[in-house]
Amino acid sequence: MRIWLAQHRAALRDALRRLAGAPLGNILSLLVIGIVLTLPAAGWLALDNLGKAVGNAAGSQQISIFLNPDAERRDIGEIESRLRTTVPGQWRFIARETALKRLQDTEGMAEIVASLPRNPLPDAFVIEPADTRPDSLETLAGAFREWPKVAHVQLDSAWIKRFDAFLRIARLALSLLGGLLAAALVAVTFNTIRLQILAQADEIEVARLIGATDAFIRRPFQYYGALQGAFGGLLASLLIAVGSHLLSGPVGELVALYGGSFALHGPSSRDALLLTAAGAALGWLGAAFSVALHLRRETP
Amino acid sequence: MIVASALTKRYPEGREALAGVSFEIADGEMAFITGHSGAGKSTLFRLMAGIERPTSGSIVVNGQNLAALRKGAVPYLRRNFGLIFQDQKLLFDRNVLANVMLPLAIVGLPHREAERRALAALDKVGLHGREKALPIALSGGEQQRLAIARAVVNRPAILLADEPTANLDAASAADILEIFRAFHQVGVTVIVATHDPQWMARLSPRILRLEQGRLLAGGTA
Ligand SMILES: Nc1ncnc2c1ncn2[C@@H]1O[C@H](COP(=O)(O)OP(=O)(O)O)[C@@H](O)[C@H]1O
Ligand SMILES: [Mg+2]
Repeated sequence: MRIWLAQHRAALRDALRRLAGAPLGNILSLLVIGIVLTLPAAGWLALDNLGKAVGNAAGSQQISIFLNPDAERRDIGEIESRLRTTVPGQWRFIARETALKRLQDTEGMAEIVASLPRNPLPDAFVIEPADTRPDSLETLAGAFREWPKVAHVQLDSAWIKRFDAFLRIARLALSLLGGLLAAALVAVTFNTIRLQILAQADEIEVARLIGATDAFIRRPFQYYGALQGAFGGLLASLLIAVGSHLLSGPVGELVALYGGSFALHGPSSRDALLLTAAGAALGWLGAAFSVALHLRRETP
Repeated sequence: MIVASALTKRYPEGREALAGVSFEIADGEMAFITGHSGAGKSTLFRLMAGIERPTSGSIVVNGQNLAALRKGAVPYLRRNFGLIFQDQKLLFDRNVLANVMLPLAIVGLPHREAERRALAALDKVGLHGREKALPIALSGGEQQRLAIARAVVNRPAILLADEPTANLDAASAADILEIFRAFHQVGVTVIVATHDPQWMARLSPRILRLEQGRLLAGGTA
């Protein structure tokens, strides 16, 4: 265990020494890796912001339930108790008399209402569920339709659904792009490490001749690849944070013009951590491939 | 203990570099493998160190048959040996101390302990004070002593050297042999391949004489 730790510490030290040792080449590779990671991460963040912005603009999602004209107090009580027990969120009851009064108060409607032989409006509930995902709203509306004395359920969410579908396609496209760029990152690391291996071919040969295991040879390179990827991930987080900071002012103004209020959010520390970890994992993988190829070719 | 039986090595597109060689070298023995250039000495060196595999026959080191060794076990086998290569294989971009510390890093010795032992090994071969020098700044004899320090720093039971006195002047060669004699005296098995017979008389070692891949003297039937 002590030996194992010492070996890993030595490999890490070796990797850090090499990372610090070739500043220009490393800065260039770091930049490439950083940018490669920035593209999908920035896209993801943009979609996340867009989703939130639209969620804001749409206001709270409402479902209206209109009851049968023959619904009685008892039926209304039944629906109230069902709402109370099964639907988290807010709701209010609008009695048909209240609705009619509101209509009367609306400019130009008073005479029309007065000319009606009887109140044509039904009793209604307006529900604002806590869960506003389009799918959940749809399911909920479907459930309401089955309830007794419910004449009509109205869910105004067609455009939200369309937008949601768009978001889903955009996310899929981004995932594909992310996959491609991840492969690119592995390739970049593969090549960086290959050059390092070639530069150290003598040392590797000697070490193997005098009893180094493949793991011993592999370790410093894998640490190097992982560190480079991790730094690339940090750089990408930084780039995105700076970018979203610069954009947040103009975007705020734009949204304000449409009467909305929305603050562009940058990458969270969790996002940055995730990006760093992804960079490290991909770098590790690229290095592992590179060393494995070399070790298989050269068998002393 | 090293036991070779009917050891044969044929290189691709080559004739037999070794043809049915059998011998035993006991622990603590000093043995010289001699013969003209092309006799098969380096081939035997590489077979003993597990760098090449025999075409047929077997070679057993400390109970392990190298002809049937798993690939993953080869590094651990090599750690039994202190290997001194004909071309020395020093790392010319690392200083003397770092060269000697390499085998200790390989077995995972902590840095400080490794440094202590490397300095002791350099002391033993008379390179005290040169630890910060680059190998290129050393004389031929000093480079050979550096190679020996790297070979012995892990305290191997077997020291295996290929032409360690080639390209050295008489005084340097004598120094090297003196070092081998010192290790032999503390119980290390010393095996030296050399085409240069002038040193044998002084050390009176066991002689294994190769000629065109066959053992003329010193072998077992
Ligand atoms: N890697 C190799 N490939 C083909 N032939 C080789 C190789 N190494 C050595 N030989 C041949 O094997 C024979 C023995 O060589 P070697 O073991 O190097 O002899 P020595 O060390 O005694 O000079 C020579 O004929 C040499 O040409
Ligand atoms: Mg030779």
